[in-house]
This record gives sequence, C-alpha cells and structure tokens, in this order.
Amino acid sequence: MPDMKLTLNNEVVIQKSELDALLAAVRQQGYQTVGPVIKHEVLQYGPIEGISDLPQGYTSVQDAGSYRIKNTGHSRYFDITPGARTWKEYIYPPRKRLFTLSKENRHWERVKIEEEIPKYALVGVRPCELQAIGVLDAVLVRKDFTDPDYFARRSRLFILAVDCLHPGDTCFCASMGSGPEAGEGYDLKLTELDDCFLIRIGSDIGLAVMQELNWEPATAFCQQAAQRGLEHAARSMGRHIRDIESVPDAILDNLEHPHWIEVSARCMSCGNCTFVCPTCFCWDAVDEVSVTIKETSRYRVWDSCFNLAYSAQAGGNTRPSTKSRYRQWLSHKFGNWQKQFNVLGCVGCGRCITWCPAGIDVTEEVKVFQEVSS
Amino acid sequence: MANKKSKKPTIAVYKFSSCDGCQLGILNLEDELLDLVGVVEIAHFLEARRQVLPGPYDIGLVEGSVSTPEEVQRIKEIRHSCGILIALGTCATAGGVQGLRNFEDLEELINIVYEHPEFIDSLPNSTRVADHVKVDYELWGCPVNKYQVVEALVAILQNRRPNLPQYSLCLECKRLGNPCVTVAYGMPCLGPIVRAGCGALCPSNGRGCYGCFGPMDTAEVDAFIPVLKSHQRYPGEAVRLLRTISGYAPAFVDAAELILAQEEE
Repeated sequence: MPDMKLTLNNEVVIQKSELDALLAAVRQQGYQTVGPVIKHEVLQYGPIEGISDLPQGYTSVQDAGSYRIKNTGHSRYFDITPGARTWKEYIYPPRKRLFTLSKENRHWERVKIEEEIPKYALVGVRPCELQAIGVLDAVLVRKDFTDPDYFARRSRLFILAVDCLHPGDTCFCASMGSGPEAGEGYDLKLTELDDCFLIRIGSDIGLAVMQELNWEPATAFCQQAAQRGLEHAARSMGRHIRDIESVPDAILDNLEHPHWIEVSARCMSCGNCTFVCPTCFCWDAVDEVSVTIKETSRYRVWDSCFNLAYSAQAGGNTRPSTKSRYRQWLSHKFGNWQKQFNVLGCVGCGRCITWCPAGIDVTEEVKVFQEVSS
Repeated sequence: MANKKSKKPTIAVYKFSSCDGCQLGILNLEDELLDLVGVVEIAHFLEARRQVLPGPYDIGLVEGSVSTPEEVQRIKEIRHSCGILIALGTCATAGGVQGLRNFEDLEELINIVYEHPEFIDSLPNSTRVADHVKVDYELWGCPVNKYQVVEALVAILQNRRPNLPQYSLCLECKRLGNPCVTVAYGMPCLGPIVRAGCGALCPSNGRGCYGCFGPMDTAEVDAFIPVLKSHQRYPGEAVRLLRTISGYAPAFVDAAELILAQEEE
C-alpha cells in the first residue's frame, strides 16, 4: 500500500479483481450487498457476493416499448444500463405493513411488530438512480414531514455509485443534469476503465472500506481516461431534451392544449410508467380485516395516478379521463414537482420510454409542448 | 344484516353453466372457511352441504353463466330471494369460456357435438348474470381469487365497500418485480387493459395474460389494439386472446371486432 493517507474525496485505483475484497469489506460493515444481475433475460437487482455475479459482457438494446439484453462479450462489469426495476423497492417497498390492530375485550390494541430494517449496500447505482434517490429524499425527508420507514431504510444505505460510460438508447440524463457523472450522495463512486476501477471516496464509511483494500493513487492518465469517457458518454445519449429550464412553463402554460388529447389516444392508462419510475412515490392505504373482525392490518402499497381509484373522492373523480391522468403524470414530473419539492421529478433514466408497452416517449411529448410555447 | 338480531347472516351459493371451479375456490379457503362459518350461516351451498335452509337469504353468490331459458327463469327467482347478489367468477360476469360459442353458429355447433340435438334447449349466447338481473358486486376470475371472495363477504358484513383493484394487471406485475413479457420478450399480453386481482399468475410464469379477470373499467381498447397486434406471433392470435376467457365482456367484444374490421380493410 502506498505511503499516502486516504481522505474523503481522494481518488484511487484498484484492480478489478479487488472488487471482491471491496464487497467483502462492505459486508464486514454489516451490509447486505445487492447489485445488478441478469435474471429472466432482463437486468434486475438482487443479492451479489462478488464480481462473478455481475453482468460482465452484457449490454441492452432499448427503444420505446422494447427491451432486449445482449451479451457482446466485452470485458466490462458495469456497462449495462438499468432494466425496469429500481432501487426504490429497497427503500420504499411496493407493499409495507404500517400497523396491525387487535381487538381484546371490545378494545382495539396496537400489536407490536418486531421489524429489523435491513442494511443494504447498493452496488452499481447509476448517476440517474443516485439523483432519483435524492429526489425521493426531497419528497419523503422534509422539514415538515418525514416518512419514518423510508428514513430508517434510507439512513442505513451504503451507496456504491457507478459513472455511466455507455448510456442506453432511451437515456437522457445529460439533458436532466443528473449524469453521466454521478453527483453527490454516494459512499464510494466507481468509474470502470479498461483495466482498473477508479474509485472516489464520498463518505467516512466509504473511507473505512477503502482502507481495507489494496489501492494505488490515481494517476493523471486514469483520471483523464475517465474524463474522456464521461465526455463521450454525454454525447452518446439515446434521447435528448434541450433547454430543460423551459420545460415546466412550456407544459404548465399549455394544460388545455389539444396535444393532451392526441397523446392520450396512445396511452392505455396502464400505469407502467409510474411503477418503473425511480421517483414515483404515490401510495394507497389498504386495510386487511380478518374474517372474525378481531384483527386488522393496514398496508402501504404503491399506487399510480393512472389508477382511476387514485383520484376518486366524495363527489366524483378529479381525473376521470386518460387525458387528465396522462396530463397529471407529465405535468407533475416536469412541472409541478419542481414547485412542490424544488427539484424536477424526472432524472432521465428512460425507463418510462422503454417499459411503456405503447412506446410513448416523454422526450417527444415534452418537445411538442416546447414547440407550441416558443 | 341478519334477519333477526340473534341470527347470523345467511349465504346461498348457486351454480349455473360453469365448471364448479369458483365454488371449489370457496371450499379451498381452508384457514378462513372455519372463521367464515363462524360469522355467517351457509344456508344453501349444494356442493358443500346437503342441508338446505329456507330462504330468503342475505347474500347470494352465483357461479356460472346464464345459457338456457330455464336458467333465465332461475336467476330471476334467485334475485328475488337474495338481499345482495354477487356474480362469482368470469362465467357469471362475462359469459365465461363457454362464451366461445357466442362467436360461432350455435345450430351448427349443436349438430356437430350432440347425438340428439333435439334435446338441447339453449340461449343464443352464454350470457352474464347482469344481462338478466341487477347484480350488486362482480367478482371476476377464472377461477375467482378466493381471498377476494372473503374480502367481499367481510366487507358486506362490515357495511363497507370491498377493496377490489380496478387498475391494470401491469401494476400488480410491477409490484411483484416481474419482467414485462411484452416489452422484454415480445409476447402478446392483455395486461394493460385487464383488471388486476389474480396476482399476475401468468406473467409471473413468463406467459402473457389472457384476461381471466376481464377488462378493467378504464380499459383503453383503441390505444391497446396496435400494441397487441404488433406482438402477435401468428395471424389471428390477438382475436383469440381476447375471446378465450372473457371474450363476451363488452370491451373485449369491441376490441376483437375492431381488429377483425381492420384486418378486412
């Protein structure tokens, strides 16, 4: 090990094989390591032990409404961009019990639930996904409100971010300012070069992990190679939104534009876009009451603004048509979200484009509103 | 709810044209069944209990489609003798798989199938219960999700609205983390216009949905047709999928007819 004291924000390099030791050191800190794995011919997230679990050689071919993985035999481990699943499920599970009540002698008592909040180390969090976790933080951890379950899970996360050197066909993080270089909020950040990993230390736990490893100081050559890779990545996004600052007004000034009718004719109101979105957080409370009415549990489940019941209320439904529901989705992501949470709801990951069975492309829809308002 | 304060609410289960699978769903409840008979009186359920208590009943569950003139009379009588009527399963809510005949020449079919066609007295179509009488709740599925049966009964006993999903199967699939069979594998799947509730059984096993739970209330047929057609693996697959299980549900009838009309052009 070189005669250099590691500190925060240091950049060092490790051999690729050293990633096994890195993951072991992370587990030593009490984390379960989860990362990208190929399962059922798509990229998913799941438990990983070491570098051999990673999707080396894989890439994906994505377009509006279409996804296929491809093994090109390249040597890189972190090249394949995300599939439908998001890290959201680790910090904001699709279904989560909030409480259980039990009836004893005509009196309802809260049943104590022993629940250990897992400590996850998310391995291979891409810049858009890191930004998405930041967006969820802005929504769920606020001065006026904090979601206790989200906060507990979130504060136990270890994040190993990965710079994105080969963006996918539906990616547009460069337009959203969330990539291809990972922003803040990681414990460690990795850039995959041809023969080594360049690592940047972002937190004290990240520092403690790196002190266990065989590392070398990053050379200027490595840093320049990473920089060149990122510049190339920024130019190779599959999708674009120009002038993102103009988008919120372009949409919010045109809420009655006939284009909403045009796009809603293609929208099935199925809600896939909202469930693959790494920042969508809407939920429903579902009560499950036992047959004997002696016990009842309330669950928080992911819900969607495309679900008619989501906007049902006494006196009628505020969003009865697909047009009004699609308008809610797009105008929230790219407009009202900013007013509410001071950040846009879209991070440019492209999932809603790829996983919309009807192939609706938000970058194209946004463009229409930019054109009509310019 | 009960007829008299001391009595438990009574339940009657009836069979029409069906395979009995939904009634079996009730019997398969196992854990919940004992609790259920503790809070309700199963007054008429020929598949489960020989004894029949006299009506009228508080809740009637009707399995099967109405497909003969005799059944038309019987469903009207049952409607009169049940306070709340629940259509149980896709035969009762959409005519069921036997609704396949609704798209064929009935007389021709009868002549092919039966040695003595003169004994057959059948309606022109296999129809849903709601075509004949007012239905208070519809529980879809082929078979029904037994937990939805419990939820509907418990909700009625508690005088609240049952919690039954009205959204697309896609949402159920995504909550389970399933890969989308249409987007990732190019398979046709009715999921985007089908009501959730089955637990995404088929897509969880790598198959497209064929619509047991019927069209959701907000089924966007016009938007869905191009998606379905572009994923057909052989000519005619889209229409077959739509017409297999819930084919006589109005939204699926419309979708299939639209596709056939487009193909003729």
